Amino acid sequence: MANKFDIQVRAENKYAVLETAGYLNDALGEDLSKKAQELIQKGYTQLVINLEQTALINSIGISILIEIIEALDERDGTLNFCGLSATQERTFRMMAIAKYAGIFPDEKTAIANF
Amino acid sequence: MANTVLKDQVSLTIPMDRDMELVAAKTGSVLAELNHFNEDQTEEIQLAIIETCINAFEHSQSEDRQVFIKYIVKADELECKITDHGVGFTPEDQHNSIANRQQIHSDMRKRGWGLEITMTLMDEFYIESGENGTTVSFIKRMAS
Repeated sequence: MANKFDIQVRAENKYAVLETAGYLNDALGEDLSKKAQELIQKGYTQLVINLEQTALINSIGISILIEIIEALDERDGTLNFCGLSATQERTFRMMAIAKYAGIFPDEKTAIANF
Repeated sequence: MANTVLKDQVSLTIPMDRDMELVAAKTGSVLAELNHFNEDQTEEIQLAIIETCINAFEHSQSEDRQVFIKYIVKADELECKITDHGVGFTPEDQHNSIANRQQIHSDMRKRGWGLEITMTLMDEFYIESGENGTTVSFIKRMAS
């Protein structure tokens, strides 16, 4: 069974947005991490990950998100999340992600808060 | 993959293969929706099932490479019993596994969250583990 997933990347002048669709497990997480690392290598240190089209995230997927937070930390960068469900936000707060990354209701607010 | 329905109980067996936890989660989701759990609670049930199945996939070392799931539907709650025939584990095993992992921020560890997430999201949570395997049971009650 293949998990259908997709990542759209939109790089602007000072920030970039990564929009995921599908189950955020190890496979989608690694793909997302690769795209985030490419952006970081290009000098983007303000990233938004929009999870609106991702209904389910497992803890392996979240562990990969933590690696992206750590990679941005090393460059004094910022990661803001948006589009989380109530359960996803609760899980992110439990795992202390909310201390090291922003959580916002929508993309516009996430971008405005860099 | 076998699936049987016995009145208010559904039994499902999944192989320990990529994304098979989604099959278990979707089954739980359908049962939760049929029993009028709200959207947030249904997502919580799915996540608890996913995390428990992944733990079995990753840590059970089961020879049959299968996970057995029972969904027990009652008037205002859904109970899941997730069993593997692996080597079992102790709380010390889990503690050591977490303690040995490296992380930049000590409160933002990367792995070892599955049981904690499940315990937090569910209303009741039990583990029975021994040399013949592990059964994780949890109950979600409908929001009043």
